[in-house]
This record gives sequence, C-alpha cells and structure tokens, in this order.
Amino acid sequence: MNELEFFLEAAVRTATPLLIAAIGESVSERAGVINIGLEGCIIAGAYAAFVCAGAGPAAGYGAATLAGMSLGLILAVFSVSLRRDQIIVGTALTMLALGVTGTLFRARGSAGALVVDIGTVYRIPVLSDLPLVGGALFAQPAIAYAAFAAIPAVWWWTNRTHAGLSLRAVGESPAAARSAGIHVARTQFGAVLFGSAMGGLAGGALVLAQAGSFAEGMSSGRGFLAIAIVALGRWRPAGVAIASLVFGSAMALQFVVQSLGWRVRYELVLMIPYVLTLMALGAFGRGSAPAFLARHDLEE
Amino acid sequence: MSDIALVAEAFWRGSLGTSSALLSGTLVRAIPLTILGVAIAIAFRAGVFNIGAEGQLLLGAVAATVVGLHVPQGLGVVGLLLALGAGAAAGGAWAGIAAVLRARFGVLEVISTIMLNFIALNLVSYLVRGPLQEPTRVYPQTASIDEGARLPQLVADTRLHAGLLIAFAVSVGAWWFLSRTAAGFRLRAGGAAPAAAAAAGRVNVPRVSALALVASGAIAGLAGGIEVAGVTYALYEHLSPGYGFAAIAVAILARLNPIAVIGTAFLFATFETGALGMQRDAGVPSTVASVLEAVAILAVIGFGGHMAWVRWPRRRGRASGAPAPEASA
Amino acid sequence: MRGVTRRFNHVVAVDAVDISVAAGSIHALLGENGAGKTTLMRIAYGLVERDAGELRLFGETVAGGGAHSVRRAMRASIGMVHQHLSLVGNLSAAESLVLGGHGRHHPDAAAAHLARVSELSGLRVPHDVLVRNLSIVEQQRLEILKALSRGARLLILDEPTAVLAPPEIRDLLRWIRSFAEGGGSVVLITHKLREALAVADEVTVLRRGRVVHAGGGSARGASEADLARAIFPETLDPSPVPAPSAPGEVVARANALVIVDARGAPRIRDATFEVRRGEILGIAAIEGSGHRELLRALSAQQRITAGALDIPSDTSLIPADRLREALIPGFSVTENVALRQAGWRRGLMRWPTIAERARNLVRVFGITTTSVSAAARELSGGNQQRLVVARELEHDVALVVADNPTRGLDVQATAFVHAQLRGAAARGAAVVVHSSDLDEVLALATRVLVVFDGVAREVSGDRDAIGRAMLGGGGGAAA
Repeated sequence: MNELEFFLEAAVRTATPLLIAAIGESVSERAGVINIGLEGCIIAGAYAAFVCAGAGPAAGYGAATLAGMSLGLILAVFSVSLRRDQIIVGTALTMLALGVTGTLFRARGSAGALVVDIGTVYRIPVLSDLPLVGGALFAQPAIAYAAFAAIPAVWWWTNRTHAGLSLRAVGESPAAARSAGIHVARTQFGAVLFGSAMGGLAGGALVLAQAGSFAEGMSSGRGFLAIAIVALGRWRPAGVAIASLVFGSAMALQFVVQSLGWRVRYELVLMIPYVLTLMALGAFGRGSAPAFLARHDLEE
Repeated sequence: MSDIALVAEAFWRGSLGTSSALLSGTLVRAIPLTILGVAIAIAFRAGVFNIGAEGQLLLGAVAATVVGLHVPQGLGVVGLLLALGAGAAAGGAWAGIAAVLRARFGVLEVISTIMLNFIALNLVSYLVRGPLQEPTRVYPQTASIDEGARLPQLVADTRLHAGLLIAFAVSVGAWWFLSRTAAGFRLRAGGAAPAAAAAAGRVNVPRVSALALVASGAIAGLAGGIEVAGVTYALYEHLSPGYGFAAIAVAILARLNPIAVIGTAFLFATFETGALGMQRDAGVPSTVASVLEAVAILAVIGFGGHMAWVRWPRRRGRASGAPAPEASA
Repeated sequence: MRGVTRRFNHVVAVDAVDISVAAGSIHALLGENGAGKTTLMRIAYGLVERDAGELRLFGETVAGGGAHSVRRAMRASIGMVHQHLSLVGNLSAAESLVLGGHGRHHPDAAAAHLARVSELSGLRVPHDVLVRNLSIVEQQRLEILKALSRGARLLILDEPTAVLAPPEIRDLLRWIRSFAEGGGSVVLITHKLREALAVADEVTVLRRGRVVHAGGGSARGASEADLARAIFPETLDPSPVPAPSAPGEVVARANALVIVDARGAPRIRDATFEVRRGEILGIAAIEGSGHRELLRALSAQQRITAGALDIPSDTSLIPADRLREALIPGFSVTENVALRQAGWRRGLMRWPTIAERARNLVRVFGITTTSVSAAARELSGGNQQRLVVARELEHDVALVVADNPTRGLDVQATAFVHAQLRGAAARGAAVVVHSSDLDEVLALATRVLVVFDGVAREVSGDRDAIGRAMLGGGGGAAA
C-alpha cells in the first residue's frame, strides 16, 4: 500500500463519523432545528460505545445511538416543545455531555485504559483490489458502508416521501406546514431525535471503528465541523457527503504527516481542518439555509 | 453518610472554607470568569453568539506574554499596561476574524468562533513547543515574563492579584456603557430587534454587531492578559481550564447583566474550586463543575422564558410576497 | 355554527356567534379589522379551538379539542385560503399541492395531479416552478387548488382580494360564482362592501365578535349603506376631506431612479417624481410592483442603483410591520421613543428627559399604557401604532413615509392615524403613503402615483383608471 492509498483509506475512515453526524444534522436543520449539542451527542455516543463495546459491536453502536438520542430528547423538549433558544440549549448540552462523560470516565480510574476491538474490515471482493481507491472505498468497517448507504437513503426520504416533503416545509415555513395539516412540533421532534441519534452513532464509529479507546474530549470539535459541513453541503445529502470527504481528508493529513516524517509541526497540521472550515465557509457558505432555521419565535 | 460529609467538607475546604482557598483559589478564578462573562454578555446583548471567548482569551494570553517577555527594564507600570493592552488587542483581532466573516460572507459566528477556539488551542501548543519555548527547551511553556509586566498582589502571601479590581471596573464600565450611552443603546436595540433598529433607529446594525463582537473579543483578550500578568507569568497549554465556556453559563445565569455577572462568576468559581477540592480530597472528578454549569444554563433557560435578545444573522427570503404571518385579525 | 365563542386572554374575539352556510351559496363575512371574522373561520377550519358552542359540518357535529383538528376539517371537506398565503417557498407548485400526504411521493404523479385539478377547476398554475417564483395570483390559485384537490366543498377565502388589482378581483369573483354554481359553498371574508354585495348570496356582519347583521345579498335588497351602518355604527364621514393646504416647495425628488435588489432583480426601473410640502402623495400598486423598495428608498432604507433621489435627512417612517420594523417589543415605551434615529445619537442617553418626552406623547396622543416603563409588547395593537405615529410625528419633519399605516387597526385607531397624517401635511410636511387597500390611498391622497412593474407614474382620474394603471393598463394622464 503506497502513501496515497494509505491516505485515501485514512481519509474515508476519518470522514465516516463526520458523514454520519452531518447527515443526521442536515435532517434536523431542514426541519429548522440546529443542534449545537451535536458535539455533545458525539462524545456521549463515544463514551456509551466504549462502555458497552464488551458486549459486541452491535451493543456498542446501539448504546451510542441511545446516548445521542437522550441528549437530543433534552434539546427537543427545550427547543421544540418549550421553544427555547436552540443555540443556548445546544451549547449547554455540549458542556453537559463533556462534563458527564469526563466525570464517568475519570471515575472508572484504571479501567479507563481499556482498549476495544476496532472491528473487522470488510473487504469487498474484486472492488477492494482496485488501484488507489480500492482500499478507501471497498475495504472499510461495516459502519462506513452504513454511512455511505445513508446518503441515498436520506435523499430518497426527503425527496420521495411525504414525510420528507413535510420536513422541508416545516423548516421553510412552519405556518404553511401547519395549515397543510402537518404537525410541526412532532416533525421537528422526530428530526431532532434522528439527528442526535446519528450524532451518537458517529461517536460510536469514532471509538469502535477508528480510535479503539476513549479519551476525554475526543470528539475534538467533530460536532461543530459536522455543522459546518452541513452548511457547506448546502443541506443536500450529496453535498454533505462531498464536504465530509474533504474534511476527512484534512483530518487524515495528520496520519500521513506522521508516517512520511515531514518536517511540519504536528500542531500546525492539526489546525488544518479548522482553518479549512473557516475558509470554506467564507467562500461557499452562503447556501440557501432553511428559512426558519434556529428560530424559536416561529410565528405569533 | 460519612461519604457525603467527606465530599461536602472537601468542597467547602476547596472553595470558601479557608482564607487561602477563598483568596488564592476562588477569588482568583472569579476574575477571568467575571471578565469573560461580561465579554459574552456584551456580545449576546448585541445578538452575536460569541462562543469563542476561550480562543480570544488564549490569543490575549499569547500577546501579553510576548510583550511581557520583551518589555524593557524600568518602564514600571507602563510595561504592565502594554502587556494588558496587547492582550486586549489580540483578543479583539481574533474575534475580528469572525466579525469579518459574518459581515462580509454571512458565516455564522457560532461556527467560526468555535473553529477559532480550536485554532487558538493548537496555536498555543505550537508556540510553547516552538518559537516561544523557554530557553532550556525542556518544558512546553514560555519563560516567565518580566517582573514589571506583572500585576501586583492585593493581599500579601496570597495569589489574589489586582486583576480583581480590573474585573470590577470592567463589570461596572460595561453596565454603564449599555445602560447610559447612545452606543450601548444602539447595541441593545440592534440585538433585540435588528429590523426595528435599522428602520426606526437608522442604526447600522451589521456594523454595530461587528464592533460588539470585536469589543467582546477584546475584553476576553484582556482576561487572557490578566491571567498571564497576574497568575501564571508564562504561557502554557492549559492556561485556561475552559473559562471561556464556563463564562457562557456565567453570563446567562446573570441574564446578561454585567453587574450580576460578578455574583454568578463568584458562584461558578466556587463550584470549580470546590470541585477541585472534591477531586483532591474525596476523589470526585472535577468535571462535575461543567455538569453543574450546563444544568444551571438549562434551568435558567427552561424556567426563565425566552431570551429575545438572541438572533440569527441574515435571514433570507421567504415565499415571495408573503409577509410574515401575524396574529389573526 | 351555533353559539361559538372564543377568548384570547380575557378578550372575547368571537362571542356566541351563529352562522350557517348553505350548499351552493356564497356567504360574505363582513366586518372591520378585528371584528372576529378570521378567528371565527379559523375555528370552523380547526386552527383555533373554541371555548364554547357547537360546530356542525355537512350535518356532522364536530367535537372541540384534540390535536389534529385541521385534518378533521379537511376530512370534512373544508378548505381555507389564508389572507397571508401559507405556501412553502422552496417547494414546487406540484409538491405544494400534495404537501401533507402520507407514504411515498411521486413527483410525476404530483405534476399530473396538479394538471388535472388545474384543468377541472379552470385555475392555471405551472407545475414545475418553485412557489417563491410564482406571481401572487398564481400563488393564490395554488392555494385554492390545494383545497379543491382535497375534495373541499366549502372554501373559506380570507381577504382574497387584498393583494389583487381590480381586474384580477373581477376574475376571482367570477370564478367564485362559477364554483358556487357547480354546487360548492364559499365563505368570503372581506372588509370591502362592494365586492361582498357583488357576489354574495348571504351576508353576515360581525362587530366586536358578535353578529350585528345577517341577511341576503344585493339580490335580496341589501344596500351598501345598510351594511356600512352595520359595520361602522359610528357613521363615518363618507367622503373624507383631503388636506387643504396648497402644495409648497419640493421636499423630495426622484429622477430616473433605478433600484436593483440584492439578488440582482430590477425592482424600480424608472421613477421620476417630486413630493412637495403640504401634499399627501398616495402610492397605489399591487404586490411585487417595486413600490416597497421605492418606499424604503424614500426613507433612506434602501440603496439606489442609478438615477438621483434627493430626500431630506430628517425623515419619519411609519412602516407596515410595526412589531418588526418600528418597535422593539421587549423595550419600554421610553426606550422605544428613544429609538427614533438612535443611529445618529452621540454621547450619553438622558433617560429622565426622554421619559418626560414619552409621558408627554402618551398624554397628547392618547396612548393607553400603565406607564412609560411598560414594555411595548404589553400595549394593544392600536396603542402600539399610536406610539409609532406619536414618535414619528413628535417633531415637524420635512418628509413622512407611511406604508400601510392602519393595518390591523380598528376604526377609531384608523381614523386617528389618518387625522395625524393629514395634520402633518397641513403643518407643512410632505407625506408619502401607501396602502394595500386602494380605497385608503384614495381617501388620503391629494395626488396618486401608480407603480407597476418598476415604473412609477402619476395617474389622475377615478378609481377605475387607477385600478387599470395598477395592472399596467393605460388610462389616466401621465403627469
């Protein structure tokens, strides 16, 4: 495996949690709810997966999803049911999740050093032997394939089902959606739960398919990156997928730099995804956001 | 039972129970929390979500350190003022990046300030291992700043420094600015109702928001300068244990009132030093402090009603010709 | 509906109303703003819960309460077209039509469905255009098609003509008539007597939530004067007198003005006119003609693209949306008084002085409020508008720009605002006023400027000539 193949493989692997979180967030945002607590969902999912990984990867992913969703439930109650400010609630949720996981993790003491199995890589026959992209696209853990599958699935759901139409209508014009007989709060509630569950799943993928262990604050801004990715991908699944891969590549640079022994300061390489986000948002970030995104005043 | 008593006693001893805990611990922590809380309150009052106080504080600390390392001998208090001024300028400039991105390119400051936090963290890591590392090149930190650039101690044999007075001055000054000056009124009006401020008040809202964000960053940068000049005397990686995030809770619990920030900052400083005491003496992880902070925000938001001053920049088009629905006739 | 009652915070919006609509008939629901027309119909449609009373639809009693009342109304074959069209801008017309369904969504089937409903009803709407790019008339048609496609046999149209020009109104009324002749029923909510009489079989007049008149349409002898008395028992002056003072020197002047909006679309293509001291220039236009940008430019809210626009630095603005553009709901009355031109203020705020001014305005303009420290949101809509007018007309200014200054106000508040605008003109201000209601423009204006498709020109002549010009037709002499 040459360096480029190694890099591409690492890029896709690194992009997977971002993609999962961003796809979920795009659904939530199209219903008009921005989940600033996504970072919290990821760290909560990561910790839950880490704790439950002993019972097998399915248990780990299941726990991760539930952990993300339980944070989402708080966001939904505060921001959808009580119409409180989404950004403040989301910020509090991220602090809450970082604090709770940090506390629980420290309380485990020496058990914290546990390393979990990072799962089997499923090689797709023939395709995985393709030059260059074979390893990147066709020799990945199962969760990566699930993430890829989520792209067309979410597209199909938002464009080819009535529930998807309703979702788009709610984020764009809640009053119009209501008069079409759509239950606005219920739609947003569901979208938030889906988005936060995906955030938890992304945390699970981070632990079970990438890092193999837990560390305090290991989400290191992936939730915020995912929110930026949604804006860069213009709230469309395909755009979100492309933006995720770009950011996965940027994050994967750190592995390449290490393996190539380039004389670049590691800390500077770690900055790249964040600098890239700022530049990309400045250049392309003016897409058409759902008109009622992050509004708690809805109408009245 | 005895466990709970042990934990409570650890909390008490760590936070308020001894004069050294109070003066060298809690009050010292309340200084950056107060100043950052004021910084966030000003931004939020202007309708700008500055989540980047942490990064602005770090940049302020970097600038104050650089100046503090290089002030010529014998400048006296001027050296200190230069260091603090550099901190404020750097924090303002760092927030200015987000302000420009918001004003020129419509980038949400929530995202950009968070990204700037991560960049600042990595920048500090780089600096203390690279260009600014202390001469022996052993520790990831800078050399100590010049004596002349340090804040004087308020109480002998404690770590309580004159930054406390600056924190009070910043709070009172911010309150006076918001409630008594025309510029402060514009800031509040632009944050509460941008359309009305622009139409009825002829307020240049984008400009006011951008200036508020820069001012908020400058105040946060000042807090960073004060940490270096009053507490650490050097730059190192974990200079701030997340003050910038705790300060969001401080500001919200104070309902964005700069005077009330003094009280909530003291409360949270007590939480944090108490939690550290619990970790030290009773083995309870100190991260419970951030759980407490999050719960405090949720409680205030949940029971305190809407916070109408917070707004989202750049609303774009609705269905053409259909004005916002209003209450039925 | 029998004995239907609804209260909002102790204010009775609808008070023991009985109303019935026969199949195949058109029922006009009249009343001034705030009379409870819309609330009553929202109860029928299921958007608003009733506090008391009985609702029977097509012979079935509908129980109160329950979350999904809109669906229930739909199942009962009622369709409602709201005054502010409730469409989703980023959906296509076909998607809008099928919005609210279940299961799979087939774009082709939706387009075919739209074509079919469109064909059957005679209301044409292109299927593949995003709603935000449809004209107002097409959007309104789409709303009606939405109701029809769900099998609505009773259509509630809430002020459907407010956004239309006279010929479009005629088309719509003609369509309503043919729908009723086909067996459908229509409730037409309006405050315009003329169109109600032109088309309705039955007329009900609401006043302060109560039925004050119920009878037949013009075919059964109802007259405009009778209905006017039912709606406005105060007997309004039938022909309001325009401001008498002779126009003085020019205050504002536009010359070959061009305004291009942020998306690059031309909104004003050519406007050349003057406004003089002492006159009230009425601006008549249908939605989307560019008049809104013109008004914004006159009040220095909008950058001009080409041409010249001379306006005085001190302009007063009474915007259409007072809670968004004129007042800060959470700020006190005093702070809202201070808001005017806060952008130009320097130094310190002298709150005691400003509070004294606010108290004075409250007294002089008859604003009902507990104190000047009360938040603006605690005032009633009429008092909020009085506060805006008081603040903007506190000092004599050279130019006053008013956009729909009486929207949502009751008859007394409307008369108050009109009197203030006339007073300002009499004291020597140049007043520019636009209203979506052509009759209001005509009542106030001493001169009328019609804006159509970005071109502004002065039109003299009667209501019909102005109405034609609003749609781009000839008629009236250009000044």
